[in-house]
Amino acid sequence: MSLKVNDLRVYYRTLAGDVKALDGVTLEIADGEIVGLAGESGCGKTTLGNSLVRLDSRMKMVGGSVELDGQPLPVDDFEAMREHRWKRVSMIPQYAMSALNPTRKLGQMVREVLEARGVRYADVRPELERRLDLVGLAPAVLARYPIELSGGMKQRMVMVLSTLLDPSLLVADEVTSALDVSSQRAVAQLLQSFRDHGFVRSMIVVTHDVSILYQITDTLAIMYAGKLVEKGPTDEVMARPRHPYTRLLVSSLPEVGVRYDEERLSGIPGSPPSLLNPPQGCRFRDRCPLAFEKCVEEPPMRDVEPGHPVACWAVDATGAPA
Amino acid sequence: MLTLDRVTKTYKVGSFGGSELRAVREVSFSVAPGEVVALIGESGSGKSTIGKMILRLLEINGGTIRFEDTDVGKLTGSALREYYRRVQGVFQDPFSSFNPVFKVSHVFDLVRNSYFGDASKAAWQARVSAAMDTVNLEPGQVLYKYPHQLSGGQLQRLLIARALLLDTQFLVADEIISMLDASTRIDVLNLLGDLRERGLGILFITHDLSLGNYISARAIILRRGRIAEMGPTAEVFGAPLHPYTRMLLASVPQLHAKWGALGAEERAGAGWAPSASEPCLYHALATPGPVAGLAEVGPGHFVGCVNPLDDGSCGRSASPVS
Repeated sequence: MSLKVNDLRVYYRTLAGDVKALDGVTLEIADGEIVGLAGESGCGKTTLGNSLVRLDSRMKMVGGSVELDGQPLPVDDFEAMREHRWKRVSMIPQYAMSALNPTRKLGQMVREVLEARGVRYADVRPELERRLDLVGLAPAVLARYPIELSGGMKQRMVMVLSTLLDPSLLVADEVTSALDVSSQRAVAQLLQSFRDHGFVRSMIVVTHDVSILYQITDTLAIMYAGKLVEKGPTDEVMARPRHPYTRLLVSSLPEVGVRYDEERLSGIPGSPPSLLNPPQGCRFRDRCPLAFEKCVEEPPMRDVEPGHPVACWAVDATGAPA
Repeated sequence: MLTLDRVTKTYKVGSFGGSELRAVREVSFSVAPGEVVALIGESGSGKSTIGKMILRLLEINGGTIRFEDTDVGKLTGSALREYYRRVQGVFQDPFSSFNPVFKVSHVFDLVRNSYFGDASKAAWQARVSAAMDTVNLEPGQVLYKYPHQLSGGQLQRLLIARALLLDTQFLVADEIISMLDASTRIDVLNLLGDLRERGLGILFITHDLSLGNYISARAIILRRGRIAEMGPTAEVFGAPLHPYTRMLLASVPQLHAKWGALGAEERAGAGWAPSASEPCLYHALATPGPVAGLAEVGPGHFVGCVNPLDDGSCGRSASPVS
């Protein structure tokens, strides 16, 4: 088991009180697995990704534990995480294009980052060039400034840099969102090939774009208002979504081929609850077409079939709505 | 109602404006009342530049834009003000379209000050509530809040309501849903469909092919400032003529079919170029169609040169790649 997240709770401190952005998430990721995290803005998907790599000062870990390759990962200790960051856990941030230092040539920047971690640039250089070649960048880019590269090229550069030390876990946060469809596809498929080449052992891909996740992930985890509501094999979840939220989310996605004149799709009415003071019980119940009395109690994650847990009272063990 | 004839836009770039960048080259198309036309292109294709020229936020360098009988490029002063009474725009980022210091009703007050200074309070209220009704918002719930208290979908609908306060006949919708969540974006798209039924002409500018396909009757594919393909949406998406359109369609992440393996050139992300064996439909047809630079292959279905060079000649015949 590569990553074990157990009942992780991360709150944001604000003047109005604690925003419970991540409220008891349990997740296991196997070696070689790519897990996709999807959900609306503010559902906690980026918070989950960030808290595994870098908890900043606004974030406070309230409970739970994280284990990577059998050893505890001290995610709430910023200093202790320095040892692990980049070497064992790494991330491609949401705005990777602005993650490069504009005043340094790329090669110089890589050298500085490596040396700060006690790794000699010369030792890594051949592997760096090999990986640049794999993502379609010539070694000559190392002599260039970030401004000389296109958005897609910068994104690839950051991908290579983030995974240079072969981390166990890579968190890729909205890496394709700012790209054109053609480079979006190339970058998404490169992520997959990084796993296949063993540059990273397992991966969490965070994006609001479910169709990208369908293309490249093995497992899909759907989040709603700080909690996991459904998790299962990607093909299974997309073909037979069980949680009412997942169903509405999947049915609101327009596809090439679906036309307004022929089939009118609809969104999900209402908006997610405030996480300052989340409601008791199921957090989706105000917007849920299947809600009934039982939903004031919090639904546990129950397997509707092996490896496909769903947190919903209205879905019984056979997976059919009750 | 709106007709573009060989519209060209050249930006001065470089230090002292020494060199020129041709963002839009000889683009001709028209939008009829009650029609949604999708203008689809990747970054840098000139799609937003066209929208801004229609809204007169940018000067037009060549060609003409006509709205009914008026030449948009020549409008000044009060005539331009009257033009904005009928032609309005909504843009990508709803959060930065509002002044955070004022309540959201401020954008409505600005319209009242410029256009309805002599309207009575009751008449104005009726107008506001009619516009709010069209976009399915409850005035009491949203109007007296600050922008940060509302969701992106609500803000975007408010901006559409603002555009509808005037006697709007034509709407330029520039990437209006790319920043919205999957659960709300479809509602805003459906709203455009409702407006179309009220007789509005809408230019829907997007980089997302599935969204363009969902709502529009006709689609225009832009590549490097030129129209690559234009026609009824079902034809452009169902039987694409230009290889660039086919490449874009193959890159779209779908929900029922997975991507194939990437070719070496796509992996490199060097930018798309047609393969040498690709025939040029435009230059094969000797008779020029009714629209400049485009050949009419089917009824209303136009295709541009497969690989136009800077001077407009065909890259295929000039330099055959072996």
